[in-house]
Amino acid sequence: MNPRATFFATVALLAASGILVAILRFLETGTPFLPGQERSVWQVEARVDLVALGGPVSVSLSVPEDLPQFSVTQEQAASPGFGFSIVEDGGDRRAEWTRREASGPQSLYYSAQFLPRPRAPAAPPPRLPRAEPVFWSEVQGTAAAELLARAGETSSDPLSLARELVKLMATRQGDQNAALLLNQAESRAALLNKLLNDADVPARQVLALQLEDARRRQDLKPMVEVFHAGEWTLIDPQTGAAGVPEDLLLWHRKGRSLIDVSGARQSRVNFSMLRQSVPAETLARAAAGDSAFYKVGLHSLPIEEQGMFKMLLLLPLGAMVVVFMRVLVGVRTAGTFMPILIALAFLQTSLLPGLASFISVVALGLMMRGYLSRLNLLLVARIATLIVLVIFIISALSILGYQLGYSTGMIITFFPMIIIAWTIERMSILWEEEGVREVLIQGTGSLVVAIAAYALMRWPLVQHLTFNFPELNLVLLAAILAMGQYTGYKLSELRRFHAIEEDWR
Amino acid sequence: MRRWVTPQRLERYGMLGMNARNLAFIQRYNERSRFPLVDDKLRTKLLAEEYGVPTPSLRLVLRAQHQVQRVGSRLAALEGFAMKPAKGSGGKGIWVIQRRDEDAWVKASGVRVGLADLQRHLSNTLAGLYSLGGNPDAVLVEDLISADDCFSGYSFEGVPDIRVVVFRGYPVMAMLRLSTHDSDGKANLHQGAVGVGLALDSGRCLRAVQFGQPLTLHPDTGRPLDAIRVPGWRELLVLAARCHDMTGLGYLGVDLVLDRQQGPLLLELNARPGLAIQIANGCGLLPRLRRVEALGDRRLPEPAERVAWAMEAFAGS
Repeated sequence: MNPRATFFATVALLAASGILVAILRFLETGTPFLPGQERSVWQVEARVDLVALGGPVSVSLSVPEDLPQFSVTQEQAASPGFGFSIVEDGGDRRAEWTRREASGPQSLYYSAQFLPRPRAPAAPPPRLPRAEPVFWSEVQGTAAAELLARAGETSSDPLSLARELVKLMATRQGDQNAALLLNQAESRAALLNKLLNDADVPARQVLALQLEDARRRQDLKPMVEVFHAGEWTLIDPQTGAAGVPEDLLLWHRKGRSLIDVSGARQSRVNFSMLRQSVPAETLARAAAGDSAFYKVGLHSLPIEEQGMFKMLLLLPLGAMVVVFMRVLVGVRTAGTFMPILIALAFLQTSLLPGLASFISVVALGLMMRGYLSRLNLLLVARIATLIVLVIFIISALSILGYQLGYSTGMIITFFPMIIIAWTIERMSILWEEEGVREVLIQGTGSLVVAIAAYALMRWPLVQHLTFNFPELNLVLLAAILAMGQYTGYKLSELRRFHAIEEDWR
Repeated sequence: MRRWVTPQRLERYGMLGMNARNLAFIQRYNERSRFPLVDDKLRTKLLAEEYGVPTPSLRLVLRAQHQVQRVGSRLAALEGFAMKPAKGSGGKGIWVIQRRDEDAWVKASGVRVGLADLQRHLSNTLAGLYSLGGNPDAVLVEDLISADDCFSGYSFEGVPDIRVVVFRGYPVMAMLRLSTHDSDGKANLHQGAVGVGLALDSGRCLRAVQFGQPLTLHPDTGRPLDAIRVPGWRELLVLAARCHDMTGLGYLGVDLVLDRQQGPLLLELNARPGLAIQIANGCGLLPRLRRVEALGDRRLPEPAERVAWAMEAFAGS
């Protein structure tokens, strides 16, 4: 068989097998091809790390109970060698791990699926909660009294009192009493809780988890709940807003501490989460282990890894966009695959802030590189210097952004530094040799490709397909292979060669 | 004026596109292992010496940083010279020094450079500023070329060079490159040099372009470009054809210069020659490449015979 035919047969085979496996998966598991037909489910995993001392170990972790807007399904625990049970103690649900003997570092996992549901009115508590007694030092007591008096003037009920207190705490240097108390308090939430109780308003501190897709190693945020009109209402101690946002999971609401450990030290909890799209049908069929597709699917991995794969599986698409733009369109880019990395960074920062920070980092870097070229350095040292400078620039921009009130400043660190340093070096040499025009052409080319890749990668349908049907990447592979054999003209050549038609003389 | 052209029309002109060049010619006919022969000017030069192909004479080779310190006295002995990075591409990093002026040198552009400037340029080059991927490089110092009189008034600052595309030993297309004020004395078309397509049978001017636009007069000197005729054309093509036997590369760009005293000299070789030559000639490479491909194993062994065949086969256009 001639090699070309073999090649195209292989390409067709790859594409066909990708599609076939996807269809089989659809038939077997009922995972839909389109996002939106399914319920989105939050898979949250709590990981407890500790160092056991060698004797008996017992760990007790508070887990969510009676959540207003989520129902909890499929609670699981993975903890080699430990006994596990969930106990309920006066409405406080706790996951408990116990082991006769353990030493060295241990990791315990608790995971559960949270299915969003329409907000249900909470059952009234069996007995009315009362404000807790509060103890202040003398100075604190005076400050708290003044603060409460000021807030009390402008409020009418517990909720507005809480909002006014948050306002007073938020104004920087505005209120000396608030500043004094804040300095000595554990957190803003703790202080708010104490002040409310002092004002004889039943309040309690809770720990909440901000739900964001594919986040790892997150901590709980302390918040405050106020009892008013027969139910508990959440107050955000940063903004003063009342009520539970859609994407907030109240992990620890009542009872003792978040975690109790005996027989170990250095214990710490962190959380990973992932949004999954699961058809309601599959959800009902809670036992997931019965299908081969589940066993070999990415869903069987720990959530921390799944979050990473969600990102990784988008890369083939980015690679295909680069091949398409370079081979068929003829866009010139700085560095072959740098646009994909830029696109990935944009996914984290969202487009406009990412674009702005990327352009400013590269522009500042180019200016500094202009000075470096006068220092007469050897090449490797020059690039190493650039890496250091790029890190400085990024830190400076982050700080500046933070001061101006944009939290996006922090996210620039997602950019691959070393790639940026190399880009600056290449652009700078390009500038010296070919002029600004070429730098602008290649820079714009890179950004255009990056934005195209970004637009595709953030499309929910694409994210849904690449993660739930990883075999579809075989189709992308086939497309890349096929484009690798394209010998026709690039789009840019249709313009480049137009002069062939013009006569002279 | 039309700004775009349809793929069908390009096809009819037989234009070779970048993808087709890379896949169907460079990958098929150029063996990877032979690329270093042409990517390193020093190796090309040694090879050319072995095969008796004339090149500008080599005065000095710098390979290590410590040689840069003592370079002043050795360069002082030379009147004019050209410094080239061995692994540079596209004319990058080449300095042409016309003459000495007291304790400074004067570049072809008229800029005076001191010893410190020269040494900085040398150490940058050695560190790999101009080489692919920043690999350590060497610097060649060569004699200046004095352009043949037939080109007087056709070039601004630089020496005109002749690019011949040689496919499987047969010259298939040729172009003269004239540097201009826009191109800053460089002979690269995308930097603004004038490309003059040359008839393969006679070395006469066919058509000339700058920035992809046809033109009739040299933009700086105003001399009519259609009067150009390269002397000693057959010998020049034979020299280009011999470079195929020398390197074994099937698809090769040969850059030559015409020296007043020494005649045609090999300047450098290129395993990935560009496509702009087609615009300068006003016709595509593809039909010519296909004709040579169609010869199959009936190719002629002697460079002179191949040149004779090519001059006849590609005369008409």
